Amino acid sequence: MQHAHTLAVLVEDQPGVLNRVVSLLRRRSFNIDSITVGHSEQPGMSRMTLVVRGEDNEVEQATKQLYKLLEVMKVTDLPESEAITREMVMVKVAAKGQSRAEILQLVQVYGARVLDATPNTLMIEATGDEHQIDSFLTMMRVFGIREMVRSGKIAMSRTSAGTRSKADVSTNGVYAAAD
Amino acid sequence: MSGEPSGSPEILTGAEITCRSLEDAGATTVFGYPGGAVIPLYDALPSSTLHHVLVRFEQWAGLAADAYARVTGEVGVCIATSGPGATNLVTALANAQLDSVPMVAVTGQVTQSLIGRDGFQEVDITGVSLPVTKHNYLVQRPEDIAPTIKEAFYLAKSGRPGPVLVDIPKNVFVAKAEYNFPTRVGRKSYQPTTKPNIRQVRLAAEEIARAKKPLIMAGHGIILSGAEAEFQQFAEKTGIPVIYTLLGLGAMSELHPLSLGLMGMHGHRHVNRALEECDLLINIGARFDDRATGRLSGFAPNARVVHVDIDPAEIGKNVETHVPVVGDAREALLMLLEEVSEGNHDTWMSWIDGQRNRVLEAALEDRPEWPEPYSIVKAIAEATDREAIVTTDVGQHQMWAAQQLGIKHGRRWITSGGLGTMGYGLPSAIGAKLGRPDLEVWTIVGDGGFQMSFNELATAVQENLDINIAIINNGYLGMVRQWQDLFHNHNYSEVRISAPDFIRLAESFGATGIRVTTDDAIKPAIEKARSIKGPVVIEFVVEPEANVYPMVPPGGSNSEMVHDPQWTALEEDI
Repeated sequence: MQHAHTLAVLVEDQPGVLNRVVSLLRRRSFNIDSITVGHSEQPGMSRMTLVVRGEDNEVEQATKQLYKLLEVMKVTDLPESEAITREMVMVKVAAKGQSRAEILQLVQVYGARVLDATPNTLMIEATGDEHQIDSFLTMMRVFGIREMVRSGKIAMSRTSAGTRSKADVSTNGVYAAAD
Repeated sequence: MSGEPSGSPEILTGAEITCRSLEDAGATTVFGYPGGAVIPLYDALPSSTLHHVLVRFEQWAGLAADAYARVTGEVGVCIATSGPGATNLVTALANAQLDSVPMVAVTGQVTQSLIGRDGFQEVDITGVSLPVTKHNYLVQRPEDIAPTIKEAFYLAKSGRPGPVLVDIPKNVFVAKAEYNFPTRVGRKSYQPTTKPNIRQVRLAAEEIARAKKPLIMAGHGIILSGAEAEFQQFAEKTGIPVIYTLLGLGAMSELHPLSLGLMGMHGHRHVNRALEECDLLINIGARFDDRATGRLSGFAPNARVVHVDIDPAEIGKNVETHVPVVGDAREALLMLLEEVSEGNHDTWMSWIDGQRNRVLEAALEDRPEWPEPYSIVKAIAEATDREAIVTTDVGQHQMWAAQQLGIKHGRRWITSGGLGTMGYGLPSAIGAKLGRPDLEVWTIVGDGGFQMSFNELATAVQENLDINIAIINNGYLGMVRQWQDLFHNHNYSEVRISAPDFIRLAESFGATGIRVTTDDAIKPAIEKARSIKGPVVIEFVVEPEANVYPMVPPGGSNSEMVHDPQWTALEEDI
């Protein structure tokens, strides 16, 4: 079934690594919804969160191709049930007169935060999973969004289960291997 | 990158370090072309032990290095300057990438301070070559050259082999550093699996024990891992007939009773029919390329599939696999040999034998009046007792050769499979002869492909190479003409191609030229070429519009192959 997979990818922090990952996914025609990169807990290693859309076997193929990149240490396809995902959004909303109070109330409801204010606007930061962010933005649109930036998804597994390192792929052959 | 220094440290220039590293990595012959950014490297080259072969175009340097690697099993090395020199290597890198050939390309780059400023002859070759290399490097410091070259050779040759590019800025060639060639190399993130999981091997053995109509599909991986002997033992022990991908030819002798021949788009009729009928397909070291499989939905429709491959990403990429075995072909075969029992499939074999096109086979025995491509191919095979290295260009002649040469050994059938690079013939013969000077080398080319790369005759003459070039001249870009004939209403668009006088052309380069226009003249010309020192060009003038049969139409399944009308009509009578 075609749906979005969240891949946590641990990579060596080498020049050009982002280029290698993106170029690979592009040339093999995989669809990326979002990509985020930053440092990981290990020095010299970065963690990428990729949201890849496709059939299960296509995403499995993407995972195996990613493993072929020298800098890629570990790829984890995070199942929805096991993953905590977060996105951040910064939004500049029109906020004059009465709407200002209404916006501030919604900010509280969504656990968001006001970062800056001008006589006519409020700049707000919100974090949450995709649905919470979507819902928050729906509410803000009512007042008029002047500017917006979304971070893309970051994700972490609740457990370490489901993680496959290069060695696992090699030993088992493939995920589908009967063992 | 780690390891102890292999000698007392010396201070050398980056260029000297490059040469020493190539030597210490085991390179003896390099193919290249000088230019601005590599002038410092060429300054150091004469003091090294490396034999540098000066080509006439960088692409042919890359393809010669590719063929050198295929015949020797060692890493092929090519050198080019920055910018156009480096971009000219791209086709050769792609060729090596698609056919899993170990190769290291060293390119010069503009001085570091100019990088990113559109300097003269600057191209971001690490960016450009990203999709066509196994890995690539831009070296920033002279002390990084030796460990990078060490790692590049290791990557090129280990796991699934492939091309690796090392880009070195001009000022890094000039700067000095201590020379330490690492003795070991290791990266946590690169650990190819060579030894398969025993459980998977046992599952494969169970499939083999159960199968009534099994078939082995032999791929390039067998030859790359040097597993020809183990492969033959495996086929003989299990009694399973063997079919070959284009690059798998040579995995076992085609003269062996279990060998059935080439599969796929231009595969033999009995081979493609066996594929349709088999109940188990054991793919060893092939990647289920579309030219081998035809339309996937019609590929081996009744078969369970065992796939042995060193690259886990190949498993299930194109064909659904029931038993994956990830590992080196040789390791896998050694383990399989322990697990399988003696078998024999005489009934199955005789069914397959009944599918052979006997009319065509009989017709091939009768030599026609004019030089016929099959007759030429067979005459070369017989004259050399199938011991010579034969390389090809790309097109009809390549398929005729693949069908009828009868390859006896691995590493002696050298052809551009995945990329289908026209022009490959002559440079590959040059690389092959330099890699195996002890073997006779032939290349079979078309008049089109040869016109792409015949400037390398100059290289062959300069290196005084004993190579024989058989041009199958039909005056057309024959394979495209065939497609236009069969699938585009005979609309011949830009396929009629003129040619120079190949005899005078050869002579102008200082090579020998022979023209053959009758069937009688084939054998004497081949014998004459074999007796002459230096490069010999034989032009065989053949029928202009002969097609390669059988042929699976593009997008068709292997069972839908089209046969030569000449032979099909008669076939029903026998």
